[in-house]
Amino acid sequence: MTIETVVPTTSADAGPDAAQWTARARKVAVAAFPPERLLPDRQPAYMASWIYVFGVLTLVSLAWVTITGCILALMGPTWWHVSKVGLFVNSLHLWSVEAFFFFMVIHLWGKFFMAAWRGNRRLTWVTGVVTFLTSVGAAFTGYLSQQNFDSQWISTQAKDGINATGAGAVFNVLNFGQMLMWHIVLLPAGVVLLTGLHVLMVRHRGIVPPFALAGETPASNESAPQPATGDAQ
Amino acid sequence: MSATPNQVGRRRFNPDRDVEEWHGSYVPYDLLKEALVAFLAVGVLIIGLSVVFSSPDEQPVTLKSWSTSDPVGFAQTAITELDGTSALAIYGPPYNSTPGASQQIGFFSPEKWFGVHHPIDTAKDFVLGPLRMLSNQPVVAAALNRYSSASSTQQSVWTSAYEKVVTNAQFAHGALQVTKGSYGPVAPLISSLTSMARIGALDGALLSSNQFYDTNYTKPLLFIANGGYVANLAGQQKLQGSQWGMMNETGNYPGQAWLWLYTLWYQVSPMKTSTNGDLEVFSIMIGLTLVLALVPFIPGLRSIPRWSRLYRLIWRVHYRDLKSGTSA
Repeated sequence: MTIETVVPTTSADAGPDAAQWTARARKVAVAAFPPERLLPDRQPAYMASWIYVFGVLTLVSLAWVTITGCILALMGPTWWHVSKVGLFVNSLHLWSVEAFFFFMVIHLWGKFFMAAWRGNRRLTWVTGVVTFLTSVGAAFTGYLSQQNFDSQWISTQAKDGINATGAGAVFNVLNFGQMLMWHIVLLPAGVVLLTGLHVLMVRHRGIVPPFALAGETPASNESAPQPATGDAQ
Repeated sequence: MSATPNQVGRRRFNPDRDVEEWHGSYVPYDLLKEALVAFLAVGVLIIGLSVVFSSPDEQPVTLKSWSTSDPVGFAQTAITELDGTSALAIYGPPYNSTPGASQQIGFFSPEKWFGVHHPIDTAKDFVLGPLRMLSNQPVVAAALNRYSSASSTQQSVWTSAYEKVVTNAQFAHGALQVTKGSYGPVAPLISSLTSMARIGALDGALLSSNQFYDTNYTKPLLFIANGGYVANLAGQQKLQGSQWGMMNETGNYPGQAWLWLYTLWYQVSPMKTSTNGDLEVFSIMIGLTLVLALVPFIPGLRSIPRWSRLYRLIWRVHYRDLKSGTSA
């Protein structure tokens, strides 16, 4: 017996199903992020600068933070206090966080002095700042979740500032269980989602071009490989 | 670069807001290869740092360790919890509703608006309640009954008298010894609480709730924070507020260095000594954070990168190639 599989020969984008939510969403997504823009293999020549490395260094540091944090989560919050392996994984987590912030701050100031918000990239800047703030919250709740002298002291000192804003009514820094949940669920999810959004915005708008110098001559088009994107990449 | 402004539309081209479309050359750039190399490089870096420096893990202070190391200091704090003069007893929201205790800037007082959400009666929650958990202790039971049935005036007379002598107390023969005086039931109450703390029972008593599992350490942390013992230990580790403590951690570790600006405001007047210092610092930081987030929308501020000319350093290869004619 032969089973025939019917393969649609026309795209839903132009067919009778074009009004589908799914088809419309795909159409918008493909228009915004064609593969060559989402995962490009060529970049503008002006990207020849070390400052661009700090963006990817921030991303891979976040990957290390996430991986080491997941291992700590697998073993539970007390593991690293009683196991040498646990202490080492905690050390990896700590230093990956330090690296993450170090690279992120350089990335942030690099983008500032490039005025990277130019060319309709303002929301890319805003999401970057919000990601930074969310990361500060994630790291802070991490310090509160350590179950040692540091978390005791930091929480009892921080409570005054948090309480002064009124947030202490719902965000109790002395409640270990609540802070642990914020640290391993809510804030990491926020950081990862915001980072993803930030990267997609960068891919959509492209890397901001340099400031034009006075008297700069118009460029040639001889080797631009992405005419279809139409943005400022 | 093209001379045609991009994304400007009918607006006048603004170099701090708009860009000219790039029509120059493109070069091969293997993003995934770069990401993998960066991932491995950062991995080597953090593994090296972890092997060399590890991570700090100082033992936490417990009511047991505090009362064992410093029973007099513990008793001094305990009596202020009983007579309602401790820092926590008069803290205000979210722990209690002490009039005038909320921080405010003019009419702006969010602490007051949100009100009490974690109610704590220091006498009841930190002293009398835990002592009531002790069974088969007739002396403690009698002292509790006598104290609770006395007038507030009488209670104040007893606690005031005890406060004056507790600084010279000694812990001996399993009890806190003070010179004889008219303290009523207060002496056996504080002595019993100290003994209870020294065997670790108070740590558990302050955590007790209506369920078996508990992860809320609000009460024991607040009790410990009211004493000078933990603050002295923090001072030795350079963690006090005046030592940029919020961004430090125990040992010579970098801590939360990214909080430097937040911590800075606590080192300068008037926030340094203001009773509304926390609200003032948070207000400043919220304002500065909004400015940072909205830089692209703020004329003048968004021109700083162009004025600073640091972009010439960042894109120096591009500008050099542009001048030599080797790049678009």
